[in-house]
Amino acid sequence: MLKKLSFKGGVHPNDHKENTATKNIEILTPPSELVFPVQQHIGAPCAPCVAVGDYVRMGQKIADSDAFVSAPIHSSVSGTVKAIKSYPVPNGTMVESIVIENDFTDTLDDSITGIDYTSVKPDDIPSIVREAGVVGMGGATFPTHVKLMPPPDKVIDTVIVNAAECEPYITSDHRVMLETPDEVVLGLKIILYRFGITNGHIAIEENKPDAIEVMRRKCAGEGITVDVLKKKYPQGSEKHLIYAVTKRAVPTGKLPADAGVVVVNVDTCCAIARKFKYGTPLMRRIVTLAGTPLKKNANYNVRIGTPVDYIIEQSGGFIDTPKKVILGGPMMGVAQFRLDIPVIKGTSAILCLNEKEAQIPPEEPCIRCGKCVSHCPMKLMPLYLHEFAKKGDMDSCEKYNVTSCVECGCCSYGCPSKRNLLQDIRVAKQNVMAIMRERTQK
Amino acid sequence: MIDNLKLRVSSTPHIRENNSVDDIMLDVIIALMPATFAGLLLFGQRALGVVLVSVLCSVGFELIYQIIAHKRKSIKDLSAVVTGMLIALSMPSSIPYYVVIIADLFAIVITKQLFGGIGQNFMNPALAGRAFVLAAFPVAMTSFASERINMFENTADVVTGATPLSREYIGSVPTAMEHMLGRYSDGGVIAGCIGETCAIALLIGFIYLVVRKVITLSIPLSYIGTVFVMTMLFGDAAPASVQNPLLGILSGGVLLGAIFMATDYVTSPTTRIGQIIFGIGCGAITCIVRFWGGYPEGVTCGILLMNVMTSLIDKWTVPKPFGAVKK
Repeated sequence: MLKKLSFKGGVHPNDHKENTATKNIEILTPPSELVFPVQQHIGAPCAPCVAVGDYVRMGQKIADSDAFVSAPIHSSVSGTVKAIKSYPVPNGTMVESIVIENDFTDTLDDSITGIDYTSVKPDDIPSIVREAGVVGMGGATFPTHVKLMPPPDKVIDTVIVNAAECEPYITSDHRVMLETPDEVVLGLKIILYRFGITNGHIAIEENKPDAIEVMRRKCAGEGITVDVLKKKYPQGSEKHLIYAVTKRAVPTGKLPADAGVVVVNVDTCCAIARKFKYGTPLMRRIVTLAGTPLKKNANYNVRIGTPVDYIIEQSGGFIDTPKKVILGGPMMGVAQFRLDIPVIKGTSAILCLNEKEAQIPPEEPCIRCGKCVSHCPMKLMPLYLHEFAKKGDMDSCEKYNVTSCVECGCCSYGCPSKRNLLQDIRVAKQNVMAIMRERTQK
Repeated sequence: MIDNLKLRVSSTPHIRENNSVDDIMLDVIIALMPATFAGLLLFGQRALGVVLVSVLCSVGFELIYQIIAHKRKSIKDLSAVVTGMLIALSMPSSIPYYVVIIADLFAIVITKQLFGGIGQNFMNPALAGRAFVLAAFPVAMTSFASERINMFENTADVVTGATPLSREYIGSVPTAMEHMLGRYSDGGVIAGCIGETCAIALLIGFIYLVVRKVITLSIPLSYIGTVFVMTMLFGDAAPASVQNPLLGILSGGVLLGAIFMATDYVTSPTTRIGQIIFGIGCGAITCIVRFWGGYPEGVTCGILLMNVMTSLIDKWTVPKPFGAVKK
């Protein structure tokens, strides 16, 4: 058995994947009305390129932007644009959104045809990926074509497919690897082709032995390495994944490209593969629906733009009152206050918790046990950062490297006094970053 | 049903590890049980009496203070129980009960509560309480009963003697095996505090704490290792019973201090390198007091002085973040 790769620090939450890990991906019938926010990614928002009343086809581009760091939005159904209005999105804000009434014919856009990737020049790959609206589908939603176009002085020698899926409950990437492994491999091969290299890795946590086996079989003879990672949170954090696989540390404030590495999520690979194989842009994603208050836990193939409450209703609804609904995993996902929000490109899971699971324990005084220090994967001292943050001492926060925080939540998770360390550190991080920006502008 | 949900929103993470301060303190209490039991066996009922009085008074003082000062009642976190046990275990069995009560009062009210309660004390409360009564009642604190005493016996009549660590000690030097059991092979007990003489009981507690991940090895090993090395180097200056490095670490309060007192979270550094510096400092001061100082034992002094250094050590050992670049 190969040595399991990992990093220093981190925590070991119960992964709760047993309910959905063995469930096949079910295709969910799209609803009669879908909502497409013009910003589903990190970067500049898009502007709608359709008008109310227009007929749009499935896969047709409906919003785009001139900005480099941005990704176009495509309709995942065919139908009529019913409205363009402000709409609630998963991060809690309101974003301009295109509402499309589904005509249930799924008439494909004419532009959709597959492309043999070996027939295009490597330098043309990123623009094709951009046209497909591909973003990081692990949840961060960073536009993928930007990763494929590093500054010319950065030499990329390694591509890693992030299949750690270290967040508890989520099994969407796991199922993708089991059910469409060829797409994962094809996506990775296209990225390797773009950089003219052969050093590809697929890094999977040890708790998915069936996926490891399938990927090993598919990668045999392709020159791609399948790495087994230790089961530990936050193993899927980009910096820690790079360290686990290559033993390189991404310098503070720099990008993975500075370590010579590009990291892409499993489903991102599939999205790229589908663009070349069938010509289809990013229109669907796999969503894990999990939690005790739900009648059914499942993995769904969902059209982007499908409202969350529709998915829950289709699954059979609640059998117990949910107290918390989280989009994403329980460690980094965003708690929602309403469910009439659409699934966007980065929605990997819908997690529902009951009253007991959603309890917020009362904060006790810090006893300086140092667990947050030993858990912190960025080697920070959360107990002091928290103290400074509460006092508003931003100078000390900066001195204690608050800007290195990756907001993984290991500190709060392991705290025996149940202190809300990350909550306050996150605010201090934003403040310190604003102060630093101001300073450089002067 | 979906429309009328009252959903809770909060910052991440949405799940917490199933642990608590109460659980940690309970683990420490469990780990102290072998030493308490050994004290009862070696020194008689009186030892148990001292432990009970100390625990009751510690918890009582904490509760009374919190009632008078209108503070949140926190006795259920069990930290006062731990303090009470540690005070009792670091006292001679012949100690008058009122001395124990004064030590508890100083530990809980002055050292802990007046500085803000749990987590805010800058010294280990148990050791500070002990240091106070050591200065106030030096004779009672350094006379050790050589026989088992009953719970309510008048301690003034009890035959007492010096610890093997003292220069006045005239008995035979205990061997390592005798230290392990706290008893000479002829049946007599090694003079010392209630919880410090039976090394095997302390080591069982140590293993329990490490297995339960309540403490790490950094502080105990660096502390004990430093005492070992310093005894090897400067043992000639020491009283006869602690000139051998192995006997040096088994004698006196080194094990009790290194395992249960130096590892107190509140008053020790949070980084591993800081903890090692802390442990070395504790060991060095312990040895200096032992070899050249006026008191027979230096554990109290060593840990208290390093407690005061803790915030500085934490400041000196702020780790470089993952991926930090040299400037």
